[in-house]
Amino acid sequence: MGQSTTLSFANPAHPDYPAESGRPAQSRYDAIIVGGGHNGLICAAYLARAGRRVLVLEKRPVLGGAAVSEEVYPGFVYSVCSYVVSLLRPHIIRDLELPKHGLEIIPLDCAFSPLPNGDSLARWADGQRTYREVARFSRKDADRLREFSLEMTRLCRFAKGIIDHPAPDPTSMRPRELAGLLRMGAAMRDADRATRYQNLKLLTMSAADFLDQWFESDVLKAPMSVSGIIGTFLGVRSPGTAYVLLHHYFGEIDGAFRAWGFAKGGTGMISMACARAARARGVEIRVNAGVEQIELDADGTATGVVLQNGDVIKAKVVVSAVDPRRTFFGLVGEQHLDSEFVAQIRRYKLRGSSGKVNLALDRFPDFACRPGQGPHVQGDIAIAPSVAYLERAYDQAKYGDFSERPFINVVFPSLVDPSVAPPGKHVMSCFVQYAPYDIKEGPERWPERREAFGDAVIDTLAEYCPTLKDSILHRQVLTPWDLEQEFGLTEGNIFHGELSVEQLLFLRPAAGWSRYQTPIANLWMCASGTHPGGGIMGSPGELAAKTMLRAGAL
Amino acid sequence: MVAPPHRPAMPVQTPFHPRTSALCSSLFWKEWAGYHAVRSYDTCHEREYHAIRHAAGLIDVTPLYKYDVTGPDAAALLSRVMVRNIARLKTRQVTYCCWCDDAGKVMDDGTVWKLGKHRYRVTAAEPTYSWLLESARGLDVRVEDITDRLAALALQGPRARDIVVAAIEPEGRSLAELKFFRLARGTVRGPRGAHPVIVTRTGYTGDLGYELWVDREHALDLWDAVFEAGRPHGIWPAGIDALDVTRVEAGFIMNGVDYFSAHHCLLETRKSTPYELGLGWTVDLERAPFIGQAALKRERARGSSWALAGVVYDWDAYEELHARFGLPPQVPSGACRTGVPIYGTLGAARRQIGYATTTAWSPLLKQYLGLATLEARHASVGARVDVEVTVEYRRHRIPATIVETPFYNPARKRA
Repeated sequence: MGQSTTLSFANPAHPDYPAESGRPAQSRYDAIIVGGGHNGLICAAYLARAGRRVLVLEKRPVLGGAAVSEEVYPGFVYSVCSYVVSLLRPHIIRDLELPKHGLEIIPLDCAFSPLPNGDSLARWADGQRTYREVARFSRKDADRLREFSLEMTRLCRFAKGIIDHPAPDPTSMRPRELAGLLRMGAAMRDADRATRYQNLKLLTMSAADFLDQWFESDVLKAPMSVSGIIGTFLGVRSPGTAYVLLHHYFGEIDGAFRAWGFAKGGTGMISMACARAARARGVEIRVNAGVEQIELDADGTATGVVLQNGDVIKAKVVVSAVDPRRTFFGLVGEQHLDSEFVAQIRRYKLRGSSGKVNLALDRFPDFACRPGQGPHVQGDIAIAPSVAYLERAYDQAKYGDFSERPFINVVFPSLVDPSVAPPGKHVMSCFVQYAPYDIKEGPERWPERREAFGDAVIDTLAEYCPTLKDSILHRQVLTPWDLEQEFGLTEGNIFHGELSVEQLLFLRPAAGWSRYQTPIANLWMCASGTHPGGGIMGSPGELAAKTMLRAGAL
Repeated sequence: MVAPPHRPAMPVQTPFHPRTSALCSSLFWKEWAGYHAVRSYDTCHEREYHAIRHAAGLIDVTPLYKYDVTGPDAAALLSRVMVRNIARLKTRQVTYCCWCDDAGKVMDDGTVWKLGKHRYRVTAAEPTYSWLLESARGLDVRVEDITDRLAALALQGPRARDIVVAAIEPEGRSLAELKFFRLARGTVRGPRGAHPVIVTRTGYTGDLGYELWVDREHALDLWDAVFEAGRPHGIWPAGIDALDVTRVEAGFIMNGVDYFSAHHCLLETRKSTPYELGLGWTVDLERAPFIGQAALKRERARGSSWALAGVVYDWDAYEELHARFGLPPQVPSGACRTGVPIYGTLGAARRQIGYATTTAWSPLLKQYLGLATLEARHASVGARVDVEVTVEYRRHRIPATIVETPFYNPARKRA
């Protein structure tokens, strides 16, 4: 009897793994994609769908970039980095037939926040149930929840028109740009007056201030505000975090905004499905194929790539699916770029602020405030007991320490997806903030502090789950330094650059270069460092491919 | 012949009621064949749907009608009634088929199992006792209604095999080896002793799955054993609403929804033949006479006028239509049994060419699906049609495509 497992073809040893090692089959392609993360794979699939010959090159032995499942400890599949999904655009799922290629998303039904005083708050997909939970803390807040969610839906609808199209540049007079602006303007015009003001406020306010407009209960506001800080080096009281909060509300599952889910078999299965979709359309994918540099001719035009093993492969276009800093400073070289552009990329904020702790557990660690494996722990769990707690965590990070009592986002995917752990055992995934890349000892000293950081996380969690420490079979601690060294995320930034207002839309990654094109002819970008940004959304990959095809670049 | 047992006031409780009612926090029930059946244990069936597709769902399917057919002529009777040649069924084999009236119009669909020499069992959606009895004239056969005697659980989902193996002691070979549409005998142990169970590798979800059949007095021991064995595998009780979405994804039709039993159609046009329902593959036409054979032969020669087809809504159009009203696309959370008109797309053919009988949003496929009855010449795979969608109380048409069913067909179903 074989244990039902979906890991099979996500394991590079499996014969159906959608990538091979070794030399590419040809020496010339229409497009070479540097980096086999989900955006690179999605870009490749869209290019191949249009009949182009595409090669994807991934440095690591496994595909997926930061959207990766790995059996780090036998029998337990970790979603090593990214751990939940909501932003993946539904039309990409349909265009690439991802379900046919193994994508299955299980929604998270509950957002649970345990509190240190033995109480807890659970927010459910069911509005009435949430109402009763919130009313225990503030009846006024409970009453306002529906209004708030209506407002957020309005704002998201406005935003949706933006994330599904390349960002229009307001300084350009080209008809296409103007049409894009008109579309945004029309969305703005259709929005009522109040929504328009909210839009503007969102761009400048802090997440905490934004929520203060609505709610009074700290117990409710704290877990809601964390959406505003995830992946940024800012606190919940820092201006601009309200926008990041909205970014996390864009997520759509089945037409409902603010819906998050697990990918069955771990987040890597999203990349696997993209890779299989790409392969089915003729894309060639190579792992263990790190790119050393992007090759330029005498005119400074990209002509191909040089692999770490010295092989040179030519292509009409090179598409970078790594972050802007690594693309221009690592693969191209400053000397080939003009100084204004270099300055912009140097100023582009990466500033990783988070780490990840993955645990293999012998048994489920009950939360003292609400024991059991019920639906309340089957969604996402936030250690965010108060706004002050979150701000204190940020204070430490500002001065170069990791937070001793950090914000932690916990999920137990094994509770709803038994394929990721042996029967009765569990995988616990902990996203931890803050862990600043620039610790005061210097980022390269992170390896020495790694275990202390891991201990701080476990100690924090043990305050809520007293039996946790006795049930840990294995722990994997990833610091921002590890995210950079192992996964190529510069400074450990999970979004390829902060989602702050000054580096979004037509400013991402640099003013004038938001349309996937770069100052290097025939070099394009297709990942989270471009519009509309990070998260497992797929839009940068899709929009880059469509923009290149429309421009006749290949 | 034995008379069917007397039925008490309805709806009645299934023998699993003490467990299902304790878990059903939503108090959301419906009547199914005279029994109380859970629609969803929680206020929404979503969790239950995902349990079926990602772990295992446990569904009380006791209300199915069940008959034992025994005696030297049992095979002859069933071969006469069923469109399939039951005489060819092997022991421990289960088959899916339908049965017709003399005009070749379908009366019901269900399964037939061969339990042993001269021993068969039939499951049906509607009462079939009298039809079996009437058709048995002149044959040495005994038909017994065991509907109320036998309790049944469907255990469906990728973990179902692990759970069945852990919960039930096999009589012979390991239950892990039980093949698709085969049955096995086993034993389940509980505080009230050890009880015989029949395990069939069948179901209504299109997933890896089993159905477990036990005498009603041992029902709770079976439920407890399966639940306990299923705990480490993420087992979850599932109701009819979750089942309904999965059966649409699997492309399974339902009597009373996607077609109507020829037994009680007032209108001739409401009746369907197996070919019109996409069940042509179950018909063994060239053999000794069976009920409806002549009519089906004529239809075979002439061609069918209707066909059952899968329909996938064009999502971009669906989304645009809602956006026109300033709304995000809205889909009903469960399967919808309200008929939906379907139109042709070309010139004069923009008239109505059929209707969808069940529609459902598939959370897994991210597609809005329909099971449709269409004029056969418009039902070819890949054809474009228009479906009616009501937004803000107004009717609209949006494009859709005819596709093959099942919409969702994981390899594990048969593996």
